[in-house]
Amino acid sequence: MSSLLIRNGHLIDPAAGVDALKDILLKDGRVAEIAGPGKLKSANGAAGSDVQTLDAAGLTVAPGLIDIHVHLREPGQTYKETIATGTAAAAAGGFTAVAAMPNTNPVNDSPEITRWMLAPERGACVRVYPIGAATRGSKGEAINDFAALKAAGAVAVTDDGRPILKDTIMRETLAAAARVGLSVIQHAEDTRMTGGASINAGSSAFKLGLRGMPPEAESSLVERDIRLVTELRDSRVHLHVAHTSTAAAVAAVRKARRNGLRVTCEVAPHHFLLTEEHVGLYNTNAKMNPPLRSAADRDAMIEGILDGVVDAIATDHAPHATHEKEVEFENAPNGITGLETALGLCLRWLHKEWKLPLGRVLSLLSAQPAALLGLKGRGTLAVGSFADVVVFDPRAEWTYHARETRSKAHNTPFDGWAMQGKVRWTISEGRIAYSSPASPTSAA
Amino acid sequence: MNATAVTPSVRRQLQTPKPPASPFPYNPGSLLSVQDLSLDAISHLLARATVLENQDPLTRDRILLKRRVALLFYESSTRTRTSFELAAKSLGADTTLVSSLSSSIEKGETLKDTGLTLRALGAEAIILRHNSSGAPWLLEEVTRLPILNAGDGMHEHPTQALLDLRTILAHLDPITKKCHPERSGFFQRSEGSPSLALSQPVDLVSADTLSGVTVTIVGDILHSRVARSNMFLLPRLGAHVILCGPTQLLPDSATSAGPGISVERDFETALRQSQVVMMLRIQAERLAGLQLDLAQYKDAYQLTGQRLAAHAPAALVMHPGPIIRGLELTAGVADGSQSAILEQVRHGVAIRMAVVERALTAGTLAATSGAPSDKSSSLGSKGVRA
Repeated sequence: MSSLLIRNGHLIDPAAGVDALKDILLKDGRVAEIAGPGKLKSANGAAGSDVQTLDAAGLTVAPGLIDIHVHLREPGQTYKETIATGTAAAAAGGFTAVAAMPNTNPVNDSPEITRWMLAPERGACVRVYPIGAATRGSKGEAINDFAALKAAGAVAVTDDGRPILKDTIMRETLAAAARVGLSVIQHAEDTRMTGGASINAGSSAFKLGLRGMPPEAESSLVERDIRLVTELRDSRVHLHVAHTSTAAAVAAVRKARRNGLRVTCEVAPHHFLLTEEHVGLYNTNAKMNPPLRSAADRDAMIEGILDGVVDAIATDHAPHATHEKEVEFENAPNGITGLETALGLCLRWLHKEWKLPLGRVLSLLSAQPAALLGLKGRGTLAVGSFADVVVFDPRAEWTYHARETRSKAHNTPFDGWAMQGKVRWTISEGRIAYSSPASPTSAA
Repeated sequence: MNATAVTPSVRRQLQTPKPPASPFPYNPGSLLSVQDLSLDAISHLLARATVLENQDPLTRDRILLKRRVALLFYESSTRTRTSFELAAKSLGADTTLVSSLSSSIEKGETLKDTGLTLRALGAEAIILRHNSSGAPWLLEEVTRLPILNAGDGMHEHPTQALLDLRTILAHLDPITKKCHPERSGFFQRSEGSPSLALSQPVDLVSADTLSGVTVTIVGDILHSRVARSNMFLLPRLGAHVILCGPTQLLPDSATSAGPGISVERDFETALRQSQVVMMLRIQAERLAGLQLDLAQYKDAYQLTGQRLAAHAPAALVMHPGPIIRGLELTAGVADGSQSAILEQVRHGVAIRMAVVERALTAGTLAATSGAPSDKSSSLGSKGVRA
C-alpha cells in the first residue's frame, strides 16, 4: 500500500496558511497532492489501484503533532518504556515525531547510541529524533562532539535533568552547538537551591511538610543562560528553555526575544493546567520537575501561550513503573506521562476555554516545534512534505483512562479527565500508525 | 489566525479544574491528620480518654482483648512508641514492634510491602512513625487498614496535638480563659463561678472553647510536625496561634497554613500575649545543611527563668520532647512550676488509648448502628484542605 487518500476533511495547516475543506493524497511517504473535495485528478483517475481511502468528513486534518520533549527510556530502562511503546503512545496521541531526551542508560552522548536508537529494530512507529547529551555522561564537565552527534541524527543537545551550572561549560556548549547548527536545550534548575526538595516552595510545601524548590531556581538559571547568549554575540546561538514553569522565567524569555536574541521556550500541559494544590495528599502522579507551581505562575504560562512568547507545547512525557511511584512522596521519581493527553487537553482548555484559535493550537503542537528544531519537511502538509498527518474529531468529548494507555506507564495526573478532540487516525510517513478502535479504515 | 485571544485581565478569572476530592481516610478508624477530625470526633476522643484513664485496668483490658496492633517505626522514639504500646496493651491488645533498623526494611523492603506483610500477619491496625511526610497516606492506600499517624516527617503528629489540647484544657479556666499552671487537675466546666474545682475534665469542645487563648509555638517550626498539628488543630477551637522563630526555621508562608495563625519574630513580644508557650527542639537531623548560629539562637529564643518571670509569669510551659536542656529552654524552666512537660507525657497515654480504641472499633460501630459514626464529617475531606 503506497497511497492514502484522505477525503472530505477540514485541512488546517498553519505553516501553509490553509484552513479549508480539502482532499489530500499521500504517496510514497510524502504529500503528493491537495485539492478541493472530489477534485483530485490522480485519485479519480487511479480508481481501482491500491489507493486506500479514509473518509474524514466532519474531521480535522492537520500536520502530525511534534513533541520535542519526551523520555523514551531506551536504552537501559525498558521496564519503564521502550522506543516501541513510547512511540505507540505518541501515535495514539496524534504525534508523528518525538524528540527523545538523552538521559537514558547509558546516556546518549555518542553517535553510536544515537544511531542505535534510530535503528529499525527499535520498532518505532513514528519518527524519533534523538537529542544528544551536551556533556560526556551529562556530567557537566566535558563537551561532546556535536558534529558527530548531528551527523548520527541528533537534532539538539541538552543535559536535561542535570542542568549545566558552570558558566564556562554552558558558554562553550552554546558556542560549539551554534557552530554545527544545533540548538541547546536547558532544563533550567539551579540544583544548588533544590536539594531534597520535591514540590514547589509555596504554601502547599509548608502545609505538607515537604521541602520546596524556589521559583528562583528556575528563573535565575534562565537569566544566567540568556546573559551567556547575549555575551556570545553570535546570531547562530539558539537557547531553548525546556518546560518553563515560572512567571519570572517566561518574563526573562520575553525580554530576551525583544532584545532580538534567539531564545525560545516550551510549556507542558500540566504547567498551564495544574497548580501545587493538585499534589493533594501526596499524589506522586503530580510530582515532576519542574514542580507544579502557584496559580500566578500557572496563569503566566497561559498568558505566555496566548500572547505568543511560548513557542511550543511539549509534554515532558516521563514514564515510570507503577512500583516506582508507589512509594513515599519524597522518594518517588519525578515525571508524568503526557503523549496521549496533550491534544485533548490543549483543545479542551487552550482552544475551547481560552479561545485560542484551533490553527494556533495546532501550530504550537506541530509547525512551531518543527521550526524550532529545524525538522525539515515536518510540521506542515505542503506538497512534498512528509506524509505525517493527524485526523481528529475536534468536537468529540471523551474521558482519558490511564489503564487504556499504549505506554508502559500509567503515571498521569489526568486519569479520568475530560478531553476534547479525539484522534481518528495518525499517519506517519504515509503509513497508518494509529487508528482509533471505533473507526476501522475503509479501503476504496 | 492571531485574533480573539482574550485579554489578560479576563484570563486571570478563568479557572482550571480543581483537584479531585480526596478519598482519604479510607478507613474510619484511621487518624492521619488532625484535619480529618470533626469537633465532635475530638470531643468523643477526649471523653473516651477520660473514661479509659479512670477505668479499672482489669476490665479495661477486655476492650481490645487479643486484638493485634502493629507499631511500625522508621524513626527512633521514646515517648510516642512507649505510650502507644502501653495504651494498646492497657486495652488488652497484643502489640508487635517493627523498627526499620532490625527488620527487612534494612534489606530494601518497601513501605507498601512491609504494610501488606503486617496485614497478612494479622495486624488489624498499624501505628506508623516515618521520616517521610505523607507516608501514612501511602500505607493506608495500600493496606486499607486503620492507620495511626505517629509522626510523618515534617508534616503531622496528630496524637501529640490531641494530648497537648488535653493538657491545655486541664489547666484552663473555662470561664476566665486563663491558664493555671500550678493546678494539676481539671476544671469543672459547669461551675458557675471561677472557683477552682478540680474534678471532671472538659471533654466537650466547640469552636470557641479556646477563644481568647493565645498559644505561642517557638523555635524550629519549619521541621516540626508537632507545630503543624497544633497549628491545624488549636485555631479550630478558637485559639490564636503565634509562631515564633528565626526566618530560617520559620518561613513567612507559614501564616497561610490556615486561619488563626500569625508570625511574631520577637520572642518576648510573643510571650507577653501568651497563656501557653510550646517550646520546640531544633531538629538537627532535618536541618539539611542549614547553618544556624546556636549562640545567637539561644540569645533570641531560649526560654529562661528570667524571660518567663518577666514576660509570661502565668503561662503554661509545654514541650513535646525530647528536650535539650540548656538549648531551647533552661533546666530551671523545664523543672519549674510552670512546666507541664511530664504531664503532657501522661496525657499521651490516655489520648492514645482513645485513639487505638477508635481505630479498632470505628468500623464496627458504624456497621452495627447504621448511623454515621463521628467520622462521617471527615470522610468528605478534600484532596486540598480549606
